Amino acid sequence: MIELTSVTFTHADADAPVLRGVDLRIDEGELVLVAGRTGSGKSTLLGTLNGLTPHFTGGTMSGDVVVDGRSVRDHTPRDLADLVGYVGQDPLAGFVTDVVEDELAYGMEQLGIDPQTMRRRVEETLDLLGIADLRRRALRTLSGGQQQRVAVGSVLTMHPRVLVLDEPTSALDPTAAEEVLGTLARLVDDLGLTVVLAEHRMERVIPFADRLVLVEGGTVRSGDPRDLLRDSPVAPPLVELGRLLEWDPLPVSVREARRAARGLDLPSPQEPERATPTSLLTARGITVTYGSTVAVREVDLDVPSGRVVALMGRNGSGKSSLLWAIQGSGRRASGRVDIDGTDPKNGSPAHARELVGLVPQTAADLLYLESVASECAAADHQAGAEAGTCRGLLDRFAPGVPDERHPRDLSEGQRLALVLAIVLTSSPRVVALDEPTRGLDYPGKERLAEVLRTLAAGGHGVVLATHDVEFVASVADDAVVMSEGEVVSRGTAARVLAESPAFAPQVTKVLGPEWLTVDTVREALE
Amino acid sequence: MTPRDLHPGAWWVWALGLAAAASSTINPFLLVLIILVACLVVVARRTEAPWALSFRLYLYLAGLVVLIRVLFRVVFGGVPDTVVFVHLPQIPLPEIAAGIQLLGPVTRADVLGGLYDGLRLAAIILCVGAANTLANPKRLLKSLPPALYEAGTAVIVALSLFPQLAESVGRVRRARHLRGDAARGVGRLRRIVVPVMEDALDRSLYLAAGMDARGYGRAGTATTTERRLTGVFLLAGLIGLCVGVYGLLDATAPRALAWPFVALGVLLAVGGFVSAGRRVRRSRYRPDPWRPAELVTVACGIAAAALVMTASVEVAYPALDVLPQVSVPTLLAVMIGVVPAFVTPPPETEATR
Repeated sequence: MIELTSVTFTHADADAPVLRGVDLRIDEGELVLVAGRTGSGKSTLLGTLNGLTPHFTGGTMSGDVVVDGRSVRDHTPRDLADLVGYVGQDPLAGFVTDVVEDELAYGMEQLGIDPQTMRRRVEETLDLLGIADLRRRALRTLSGGQQQRVAVGSVLTMHPRVLVLDEPTSALDPTAAEEVLGTLARLVDDLGLTVVLAEHRMERVIPFADRLVLVEGGTVRSGDPRDLLRDSPVAPPLVELGRLLEWDPLPVSVREARRAARGLDLPSPQEPERATPTSLLTARGITVTYGSTVAVREVDLDVPSGRVVALMGRNGSGKSSLLWAIQGSGRRASGRVDIDGTDPKNGSPAHARELVGLVPQTAADLLYLESVASECAAADHQAGAEAGTCRGLLDRFAPGVPDERHPRDLSEGQRLALVLAIVLTSSPRVVALDEPTRGLDYPGKERLAEVLRTLAAGGHGVVLATHDVEFVASVADDAVVMSEGEVVSRGTAARVLAESPAFAPQVTKVLGPEWLTVDTVREALE
Repeated sequence: MTPRDLHPGAWWVWALGLAAAASSTINPFLLVLIILVACLVVVARRTEAPWALSFRLYLYLAGLVVLIRVLFRVVFGGVPDTVVFVHLPQIPLPEIAAGIQLLGPVTRADVLGGLYDGLRLAAIILCVGAANTLANPKRLLKSLPPALYEAGTAVIVALSLFPQLAESVGRVRRARHLRGDAARGVGRLRRIVVPVMEDALDRSLYLAAGMDARGYGRAGTATTTERRLTGVFLLAGLIGLCVGVYGLLDATAPRALAWPFVALGVLLAVGGFVSAGRRVRRSRYRPDPWRPAELVTVACGIAAAALVMTASVEVAYPALDVLPQVSVPTLLAVMIGVVPAFVTPPPETEATR
């Protein structure tokens, strides 16, 4: 179905190619997962499948990509639209119209399909994706999972043979991600579609994947997931566990792992040494309203010093609003926050920053200068800190970021480190992070977890909003689960995660509630 | 009648017809009647969509226009009349401002002149407002001829980008607080504008990639000759229209340059559009049908305009010192405009879907 022969691609201003002599063959009706470190060229590889790379992005490409007999050398993305459906990372930004039904029809209008067929296909697609009740809804009012399904639907109506998706579930909570992946798996089963998708959170996709394509340093390896995962630089916790316990074959689904774990005799886990909590931030009765919508309803939150608190819950459950409210610069209808006897809302913004530092979801909003060095200098100046403070912090989190680099050219992880350094320059007592793991690969997340643990050990309180279960398992001491703006469960991370089916990490699902991460297993074995 | 949304083009022609009728008279009775007709049709046929909620704003605007018009005439009045309502002290002005009178006696001619004029403007505003309320502006863009499809898409995309831009400004402003940035003036603007523009640019590129991947702008089957022919048609049509309009507006130009050239220009331009549209291979999802109800609506608008325009001078432009007269034919002409409220199908609502 898809055949890449010695594809080499170099970005317009780059010295070295991103992809080097890539040969790859994908058969019809396969679900293929493309994985690799951040910046390894996954998106570039996906782009070559419908010609967006290089027709749209620019750059130099040699070699050839042939999809169903059509070569991208002489077909532009629009000529391949009826063959390859492409869904980008942010579905909302890619929508052309504003109502679900029109969005589904848009691609067909471009192909000049006759009205009767269009009408029929729209109805079929609405049913296939289970979004028939949304047909007249405005796209902006849909939830993340619904938007992603509409985006898939909007290319499905063109009846493509290949579906290419770039990180379809990275912004979704576990339940919405299941929804989307379940839909994709059904499309492969029912329609014989070839699906190629890139995803950082491999644990979600691996069980569905027929083939894994690993992108490393510009070259690719492809094959059966079980074989490739043995030495892959990125691997989900389940595979890490399998590697540690030397299971053969490697389990790729929780069910397989459970079978392998039968009869396994593990010593009981060591209690991790954690600082005794001393009260630092206490928030009581926080309520946030937008017009008549209540985003957060009378929520109490404690962030003790030396501990990492995770806020979890569906997309839109009020996590971000709560973080902004306790920082003091967001809305707060009622309730009070107490840090050392002061409420960040009452003091000046400068004082609030010394109490709570917040890294927002789109961290890049904080950056506006042309180089890392000037950003750091500005941060020192704004915080009234000694020159070099910010740079020093940055070197701790992400060593070796060049001074003259433009912030937009940094990798996702480096940019997050820079924003974190800027926020920490005012040495806040509590650090709040909103969805910090977006776009980070496993090693990147490990690095971030280390940074957060160091901060907590240094006496800071850390609170983060996320729906990345595995990350919470590896870093958090306490967890708070929110739904519809209210707290539905709270307690130690181990207890909260283990008792919820949606939030249980893979290791817990396999080994039982006392195990959260592969690291605890490793420590227990040593 | 089965509920359905009327073709947006029909509503626009009807509303522009009423507006044309309003613009050709200052008779207050006729104008008030036109306003009432527009309001009645809006109330009878508007939908529950967001754009349909804006009619109240047009009403406020119309009221404001009447008020300003009258106040303006009172302040800069000075039309002599036998009836003086109030004697206001006149503010003396220097020599250069000769001919302008500030305050002074407020006469009946001042007030009525302002009122009639204001009513006329208000009626036109309400007619356009009615069209906007009754017809989805985006669907109207979708009904454009195929040759204008690209332009229509650009407008639709721009319209949807506006809320996103506002959202992005809000986000960046909030983020700025987190950094403690005391800059004022230009520096502060830059700190908001740079991230917002970068965001907008990213989104646009992203959208463009998405549209490209979904087949936007797939090449048609036109040959070079066809393409040139289209170009010649459109260019000639444009020149013809320019000459024609010039001939129309300049009374000293030969009459042969006026209407004949306008007609020729329109003809050529239509030819160009048809030829350009023929090579676009694109279809439309659920196009709005054009049925008898649409025809009736359009006819009502045009008839009202034509009949009011041909009304006698005494009726259309009454003097300010007598009670304005109306004639039965003119009243009936305006009343034609209300017919669509009864003969068009009611719009779809949540309940009827």
